[in-house]
Amino acid sequence: MAAKPRVKAPKKAAAGEIVTIKTLVRHNMETGQRKDSDGNKIPRDIIHTFVCTVNGKEALRSKWESAVSANPYLAFPLKIMETSEVVFSWTDDQGETVSTTKTITVA
Amino acid sequence: MNQVSIVSRRTFVLGTGGLAAFLALPQMAAANEWQAAMMELVGTSEPAEGKVDLVMPEIAENGNVVPFDVTVDSPMTDGDHVKAVHVLATGNPTPGVASYMMSPAMGEATISSRMRLGKTQDVIAVAEMSDGSVYGVTTTVKVTIGGCGG
Repeated sequence: MAAKPRVKAPKKAAAGEIVTIKTLVRHNMETGQRKDSDGNKIPRDIIHTFVCTVNGKEALRSKWESAVSANPYLAFPLKIMETSEVVFSWTDDQGETVSTTKTITVA
Repeated sequence: MNQVSIVSRRTFVLGTGGLAAFLALPQMAAANEWQAAMMELVGTSEPAEGKVDLVMPEIAENGNVVPFDVTVDSPMTDGDHVKAVHVLATGNPTPGVASYMMSPAMGEATISSRMRLGKTQDVIAVAEMSDGSVYGVTTTVKVTIGGCGG
């Protein structure tokens, strides 16, 4: 899943403000239910874990099953108390992890 | 008075259900796969009503990409917050869709994502609160084209 994930987050926030984070990562999310043209099952390959940390502390951890759509989209709020380094990471069945970091500044 | 009659009726249903399960174990297990999945996730298959809101389209033309929003009524403070939200699709080959382990750092207990639905079915969202209580809500989605591939 080498593609870079896309995260939409504000650059600035007021202390205590609840901001919305939107994330999108490219991934087939192969369910393991489909068969190829020879009738063999295509093995499951999905992103099973998504984690969002704020200044090193876990804010949201998500466990996904094969029913999550391809190119998973996830939107959620964060309450920003201070200037925060927000790290997003996705891990798939191949053991591959992609991450991206956003900084939200509190003036 | 009302309460008493509800309890006794439930006990009766549980009793007969247990007997039916004993008599027809394989069929029962298949019919209640999502209940077993929910039991494993939150320790009950009968969550309380209220607090959880699950917004989905009534009719999904494409079962591959069905948007859903889950919002739980919670102040999201250290003492009173949502610990986890689980989403289950009762009619999919695997009933589990996703689990979201939340924290007060979110400020609000809400998430939006997209799921696959194989056919017309009920979708359930359950929330585990920090005090151990469990709330849930069910919504029916009609699916025109299933999303499980061929």
